[in-house]
Amino acid sequence: MDTMTNWHERLIRKTTRPTLVTTYRYWVWVAFLVAIVANGVFQYSKQWSEGLYVTGMRDRISWGLYITAFVFFIGISHAGTLISAILRASKATWRAPITRIAELITAVALVVGASFVLIDMGRPERIFNVFRYGRWQSPIMWDVMAITTYLTASVIYLYAPMIPDLALYRDRLANKVGFIRRFFYETVALNWRGLPSQVRFLGKAITIMMLLIMPIAVSVHTVVSWIFAMTLRVGWNTSIFGVLFVAGAIFSGVATLVLVMATLRRMYHWEEYLTPKHFLYLGYLLAAFAGFMIYVNINEYLTEGFKLEESGEFAFRQLFIDDFAAMFWFYVIGGLIAPIVIMLIPKTRTVAGVVVAAILVDIAMFLERYFIVVTGLRVPLMPYEPASYAPTFIEWSIFIAGVALFLLLITIALKVLPMFAVWEMTEEHELAIARQTEPVLQTGYEGPAPGVSGSPGPDGLTEGGLS
Amino acid sequence: MSKRVETAESPPEPRREIPIPLDAVDRRTVLKYIGLGALGAVPLVASTQLMDGLVKDVVTGPEAAGLAAPTGDATTKFGRVRQWTMIIDLAKCDGCQSQGTPPQCTTACIEGHFAPQPMQWIEIYEAELSGGGTQFIPTPCQQCENPPCVKVCPVGATFSTPEGTVLIDQDRCIGCRICMAACPYDRRFFNWGKPPIPPEAALADYSPEQQTPASRGTVMKCDFCPEMVRGGTLPFCVQGCPNDAIWYGDFEEDVATNGRQIVKATQLISERNGYRLKEHLGTQPRVYYLPGHGEDIGRDPENEGRMPTEWPWIERAEGAVTWTR
Repeated sequence: MDTMTNWHERLIRKTTRPTLVTTYRYWVWVAFLVAIVANGVFQYSKQWSEGLYVTGMRDRISWGLYITAFVFFIGISHAGTLISAILRASKATWRAPITRIAELITAVALVVGASFVLIDMGRPERIFNVFRYGRWQSPIMWDVMAITTYLTASVIYLYAPMIPDLALYRDRLANKVGFIRRFFYETVALNWRGLPSQVRFLGKAITIMMLLIMPIAVSVHTVVSWIFAMTLRVGWNTSIFGVLFVAGAIFSGVATLVLVMATLRRMYHWEEYLTPKHFLYLGYLLAAFAGFMIYVNINEYLTEGFKLEESGEFAFRQLFIDDFAAMFWFYVIGGLIAPIVIMLIPKTRTVAGVVVAAILVDIAMFLERYFIVVTGLRVPLMPYEPASYAPTFIEWSIFIAGVALFLLLITIALKVLPMFAVWEMTEEHELAIARQTEPVLQTGYEGPAPGVSGSPGPDGLTEGGLS
Repeated sequence: MSKRVETAESPPEPRREIPIPLDAVDRRTVLKYIGLGALGAVPLVASTQLMDGLVKDVVTGPEAAGLAAPTGDATTKFGRVRQWTMIIDLAKCDGCQSQGTPPQCTTACIEGHFAPQPMQWIEIYEAELSGGGTQFIPTPCQQCENPPCVKVCPVGATFSTPEGTVLIDQDRCIGCRICMAACPYDRRFFNWGKPPIPPEAALADYSPEQQTPASRGTVMKCDFCPEMVRGGTLPFCVQGCPNDAIWYGDFEEDVATNGRQIVKATQLISERNGYRLKEHLGTQPRVYYLPGHGEDIGRDPENEGRMPTEWPWIERAEGAVTWTR
């Protein structure tokens, strides 16, 4: 197993590189992001003192870019759940190198998304009224409950599989990092020694969280959609909104994961671990979800457009032909059709192709969130001229600060946390080698046949927890 | 329907037995003493305990602020809780075209409530008629009995009262604006900036029934003037209407008055084919409309347009910002 040792050492060397080596480019990047976030904070201070008057929102279009950002970021947070929990549950072994990044995106996107609710409040200083006087009948309260639950669960689900890696960092980096980080790793590694009892316990914990987090994640974006679907607005008042939002959330989450992966791969030369296969599989996932989104959208628009009740004509006209047509058709062509085409053509079925698809999907899903929020409010309820809405400079500044905060939190995590599940990757690598020596069991990436692997570690983890 | 309390039919030409001073404040004072209608004729029974019990049961939220405080509760002489309603006779509404003024109901409301610009708690919408021409629809908060706004409020800041009205506690409102998304009648208003109000408004004692002074970052709307009616006066908009088009009443005793006549409320609604806005939504508004386009006061439906609403005190609202809806 000499090659195995070499492989393992190289893996540790490569994955700990961001933690150990800090280039000047890193600091420039951090300073750049901090400046954008600081500008957002400064612009928000104006909003704090002058009120939401400084935004483009008014009575008739009373939600705008902030709520769009809220929906978008909560959507992105679904990357972690799908990749990590669903693939873990289905024992897709290729997931191992990308789960950590996905789970990290989840936690970070949730923090950013939730903060946009606060930013959108007219009286943010009264936030504790939500706990003092909270009514469980309100969709907003469902959101508060769902998102706090999801954030708690995602942080646990990010942390639990990280413990062996934190222990690895504690053991390997003790002399290479400063006092603070050494103390940090010693504390958060929770005295992990890789004992069989610890492995069994952790396996159970991961399995429980894996099973819990799937329904929680589905509920979160369903509840987000209910903020809209629980009203009597044309375009919002539809039962398909939950499905549309959850599918769109996973869709944009996978796209964001692809982009973060591609960036880190380039910067830290992780090509060996984030392979073209990972990008292609995620690309297929994007294409599959694009197809599903098309199906859901046809359902949504055909059932309403066929009957064209009440203000339906106005709603469709503004979306398909008038004010929001450019956004809508970019969403359809660039966000839904293009990813499928990219994955169908062999020539574009590459890492670069998947990255392009992911960029298109993220832009399209942001636009979709925007036109869902704004068009729903724009349909006149009474005989008045339709209102218009355009985000102000302050709104854009705060939105961009949110994006920068998202990137900044990931950048900081890069410096502190293990970005790969080293122990899971090692296990998978061992299994892959074992399979190569027994050609009968070579079944591609479907995972080891239960009980044949001969290694009690990985199977003991998941199955021990389930039994 | 066999027993007629009072005829509900409207005479074709406006009756003008009592000369009405056009200045809303004078008229308000006059009405306060003479024009109480049914409400003034019935002794108001104070039964705070009954009210407290009902408030606890019905009002959402543990201590819906301000409701327990008023002394004179709106109950009938049998101790039953009043059920406020408004019946708006569109056949008598010409958007104040004949007056040559902005709509007087809106103006009276703005003067009485200091509703910040650009809030028109009762707004005159001009809607197209099926056969061409327009009608004017004075639209206050519809005071739904199945209110979409109350359902969605996360903190119970907007709530239904035992009297069937919907109020907002601006001291509790967090400004999330989901009630504005939920309201199907566009009847909720947000204080986007420092609300433009005249200095005297700042002296008022705040309660959800008298939403003065307005505060930034909270939602406001028509409150149906419950504290005025308890005090024996009709709401500002009813007083302000020069054509007596707005009836205010109580379903519990089944009476309504426009300040001049007293009628049986349900009979007026039925005989004049009253309807409610967007009835199919199931919101069950407490505001009824009698169809028309101002024909009772001689308005031609082709005569379109009305004067824009004004905020007469706006120049005294120092340092305040205004915005458009």
